[in-house]
Amino acid sequence: MTLLKATGIKKKFGDQEVLRGIDLEVRRGDVIAVIGPSGSGKTTLLRCLEFLERPDEGLMVFDGQEIDMPTAPKATVAALRKRTAFVFQNYNLFLNRTALGNVTEGLIVARRMPRSQAEEIGRRMLAKVGMSGKENSRPQELSGGQQQRVAIARALAGNPDLILFDEPTSALDPELIGEVLGVMRQLAEEGMTMIVVTHEIGFARNVSNKVLFMEDGLITEMGSSAEFFANPRQERVRSFIRRLENGQGE
Amino acid sequence: MTERVLEILRDSFTKILIPGILVTIPLTVLAFSFALIIAVVVALIQFAKVRGLRQICRFYIWVIRGTPLLVQLYLIFYGLPSLGVVLNAFPCAVLVFAINEGAYCAETMRAALESVPRGQIEAGYCAGMSYLQIMRRIVLPQAFRTAFPPLSNSLIGMVKDTSLAANITVVEMFMTTQRIVARTYEPLALYAEVALIYLIFCTVLTRLQRAGEKRLAHVAQ
Ligand SMILES: Nc1ncnc2c1ncn2[C@@H]1O[C@H](COP(=O)(O)OP(=O)(O)OP(=O)(O)O)[C@@H](O)[C@H]1O
Ligand SMILES: [Mg+2]
Repeated sequence: MTLLKATGIKKKFGDQEVLRGIDLEVRRGDVIAVIGPSGSGKTTLLRCLEFLERPDEGLMVFDGQEIDMPTAPKATVAALRKRTAFVFQNYNLFLNRTALGNVTEGLIVARRMPRSQAEEIGRRMLAKVGMSGKENSRPQELSGGQQQRVAIARALAGNPDLILFDEPTSALDPELIGEVLGVMRQLAEEGMTMIVVTHEIGFARNVSNKVLFMEDGLITEMGSSAEFFANPRQERVRSFIRRLENGQGE
Repeated sequence: MTERVLEILRDSFTKILIPGILVTIPLTVLAFSFALIIAVVVALIQFAKVRGLRQICRFYIWVIRGTPLLVQLYLIFYGLPSLGVVLNAFPCAVLVFAINEGAYCAETMRAALESVPRGQIEAGYCAGMSYLQIMRRIVLPQAFRTAFPPLSNSLIGMVKDTSLAANITVVEMFMTTQRIVARTYEPLALYAEVALIYLIFCTVLTRLQRAGEKRLAHVAQ
């Protein structure tokens, strides 16, 4: 079943065309890895889907609801954001809240949930990402991997239909990457729908079911991840994968 | 020091302290509270880049910071009556001090707001929160924590600046001292005495500031 369908997303910064017509379909349960060279527009695409950037053109159909992306009113955007979640490269935890507070903040403030109920959900989500016992820790007291897991718990709290991840492990020391990828793999296995911008080739290959390759503001190749890795059509993609595999990232 | 001077000092201590408690402190507290309100509003307008209003805020800060406080006091108290606007001395002092301090504190608040890592605002949006909710619950508390030491500084500065209100007939500590000096001809001893009382007030505030900072270190961040 299609959860999200976007067509013709375009976005300019000044006169630089960063997205030049993106079409995208996300089905429930999809785990879509987005890969591509630096500056190709991966982050911008994700941000457009969450309306952190306002696209210049584009139509989105989310769970049957049509949204004209350039003109969508505040209320529509707010409603959409309650059904999606975003995990940032730099975690962006609320620095004046504990781990638990980070997870419950949106529930209490945006969803007007009673505190006790929110905290129950919060504890459950923290447990899910392996952060039980750290409820009262402040972000500054946590490692990057722990902060990112709290951020994932925060994303899960609103019971979203879709989670967008923008390079969730890129800011982490290598030894901390595994704990975050482990949580994401577990979510994938539970059927969570996710779009993940990543340079983690193992994740794209083994966890995601679809892969998109972006270059220069366009999706230039996509397919099931088995197909994509077994038989990339473009030489460009082949060499990009080879470089990621050799651990050189970009 | 002669017996007479000690006698005068002992006598005048409460005479000076009373207007300190009844005038200087209320003037400071009222003016600074209004200044904080002005500061938060003006800083938020600039931070949120509200069109139109933002230019007005910049203009306000430019004018206030570019003119002497004493001139502002004279302008409002002695100048406005010729336009038919007559204010009593005390409310006039509160008004001028609030408007003046508000401009400085607004800049402090703005810098503090800018120092809060921006990503949290986006994270707030993604959690479904509105801009105002994010400001009130996430950004402002952190900004206040950053701004607390410089704002305390401003408060301490204001306690001393209230002595300027003597120029517009507010009978606060300094004016009271001047009157006693006029009667007794002991300027050295009496001005030293009033200086000491200001020092005591500011010492108390410094202590409070330190306690507040300790407390904030636990509460926020
Ligand atoms: N807010 C912005 N203002 C101006 N230019 C921007 C902005 N955000 C992104 N860009 C530009 O848009 C282009 C695409 O950026 P984007 O961050 O989407 O790339 P990316 O694929 O995520 O790259 P990376 O792998 O390095 O994260 C870049 O050239 C970038 O400089
Ligand atoms: Mg990026």
